[in-house]
Amino acid sequence: MPNAAAASARAVQGDDLAGYGFLLPWLLGFLLLTLGPVAASFYLSLTDYSGLSAPNWVGIENYTRIATDDPRFITAMTVTFTFVLLSVPLKLIFALGVAVALNKGLTGLSFFRAVFYLPSLIGGSVAIAVLWRQVFAGDGLLNQALHTLFGYEGPSWIANPSTSLYTLVLLAVWQFGSSMIIFLAGLRQIPQDIYEAASIDGAQPVRQFFKITLPLLTPVIFFNAVIQTIDAFKAFTSAFVISDGTGGPIDSTLFYTLYLYQEAFTNFRFGYASALAWILVLIIAAFTALSFLSARYWVHYDD
Amino acid sequence: MLSLTQVQKRFGAVEVIRGVDLSIASGEFVVFVGPSGCGKSTLLRMIAGLEPISGGELSIGGIRMNETAASQRGIAMVFQSYALYPHMSVYKNMSFGLETARMRKAEIDRRVRKAADILQITPLLERKPRQLSGGQRQRVAIGRAIVRDPKIFLFDEPLSNLDAELRVQTRVEIAKLHADIGATMIYVTHDQVEAMTLADRIVVLRAGIVEQQGTPLDIYNKPANRFVAGFIGSPKMNFLDVSAAAGGGDAATIGLGASRFSMSIRRGFDASEPLTLGIRPEHVVTGGTAEIDLGTLAIVHVEQLGGQTIAYGRLADGQALNVVLEGQRRISAGDSLPVGAMAGGCHLFGSDGLRLNS
Repeated sequence: MPNAAAASARAVQGDDLAGYGFLLPWLLGFLLLTLGPVAASFYLSLTDYSGLSAPNWVGIENYTRIATDDPRFITAMTVTFTFVLLSVPLKLIFALGVAVALNKGLTGLSFFRAVFYLPSLIGGSVAIAVLWRQVFAGDGLLNQALHTLFGYEGPSWIANPSTSLYTLVLLAVWQFGSSMIIFLAGLRQIPQDIYEAASIDGAQPVRQFFKITLPLLTPVIFFNAVIQTIDAFKAFTSAFVISDGTGGPIDSTLFYTLYLYQEAFTNFRFGYASALAWILVLIIAAFTALSFLSARYWVHYDD
Repeated sequence: MLSLTQVQKRFGAVEVIRGVDLSIASGEFVVFVGPSGCGKSTLLRMIAGLEPISGGELSIGGIRMNETAASQRGIAMVFQSYALYPHMSVYKNMSFGLETARMRKAEIDRRVRKAADILQITPLLERKPRQLSGGQRQRVAIGRAIVRDPKIFLFDEPLSNLDAELRVQTRVEIAKLHADIGATMIYVTHDQVEAMTLADRIVVLRAGIVEQQGTPLDIYNKPANRFVAGFIGSPKMNFLDVSAAAGGGDAATIGLGASRFSMSIRRGFDASEPLTLGIRPEHVVTGGTAEIDLGTLAIVHVEQLGGQTIAYGRLADGQALNVVLEGQRRISAGDSLPVGAMAGGCHLFGSDGLRLNS
């Protein structure tokens, strides 16, 4: 039956074609807009590409310069790590606190959930960063309030290098909504009768929180911590808008991504910026790997 | 030692427990039984302190406990789901309450090991609940109750998540535990076999009201009303519509189809009152020795259980009657069987559902 076999092979091929056809829109996007640029950036990181003339191969020169001879790289790393290490824990603690409060069987839960989630919906936008600038500027809302309430003349919080980064941390913490929603879902997963058993065992609410809620929530805490850490390393918009793209004052808000952006689009050192980008990828990967390695010691999985 | 006085529970306008009076002696094994939604679990949770009491009084050892925190009532509870702490080892599950009470480490260790020994779970002490079978989790839950050394154990349908074989085995072990430690136990179930086998006293609940309380055999032999009669006993009691041919004083002549018989009664009734005659399937008599003749049963279905034969049939007037016969009987659908009953095996209920015969 060679004919039948050939016919069925053709039919299978036809099915395969249809399948790839449906896959094509996503596949094109992935190849042209994701994989292609990623591969290109790796190549460019090994060149002196300026965006204006053809790239020349320089080997690992960009990487050695970053590692040995770039004070602004050190500044950007310091600013970024400070931001990540402050904003992520603060945001998680805040999100968990609000989630626990909302989980107490409050009436109008869905209303409050929506209200608290709102900053996360709009928070990453340019408009909110502009608003933030208005609040923390020298004649901003905060200082007007301080003046009216306490007669205190506040400095410009965003123009002062010792406070500017903290206004950005505050902006990040304010966007605690998505972590809160996930915490809320996690809290709902803990069976009520475990708390009943704990209350018969005499555990008061505080002990219940630390001995029951927190350990049982560790998978959710872990998930939120990883997602928020990656997000924080990639933070860009708020610093760009508030510092007018400079990372100032005196590089106090020079996020890593902002430095990378300046190198590429202000100084036209695309090769060097590509190398910076790959180092950020490695840092994020290392952080995530560390989190997963540490997870076995503190994350409790039920099954 | 534990007493409930006119205890009520309301959820908004819905009254779930409607004035329960109950007093439980020290060391007694009391089983709350009833259909789902009867309030038996709610009542237990009110005793535990997990559910506020809307009205009436709960006292334990003569002290009012309505407002006392669950941990201060001297009780321990075994939950239907076991409610073990999933992130703690078996040892920690049992020691958690004692640590919360800031007991000395050596004493905690002594108690945990003793309980583990009683329940034969010593090899499991370092395991997490997820590494245990259902039966082992059940033991840990009981162990967590034992270490508290409570005056009263509360069990909320503790066997319903176990398979049939394990259920029987654990039932026996709970009975043995009660005999060994002698604490008061209150046990909630919808399973009447558990109720009959475990209880010193059964409390039958329906819709938040105690329908009857008494020893298992009291309830089986003299159900106070038609509900209790139908609820306790398996297969279910047969109910036949009968007429009161004549009634006066403390005896009545009852008519069922063509047969007439006399029963002693507690109260007079109207000749027009519809009455119900209850006969347990295992009390139906076949052959000529019956005191009361029920006529001929037309058999429609037969189940052979090996040790018993269950026959489902209809009487001459069309009323359904089921019969449990000892041994393996060679009968099948389409056969007829002469049936009757002994007067002592008959229960008469008035139109209000209450027991009429003494």
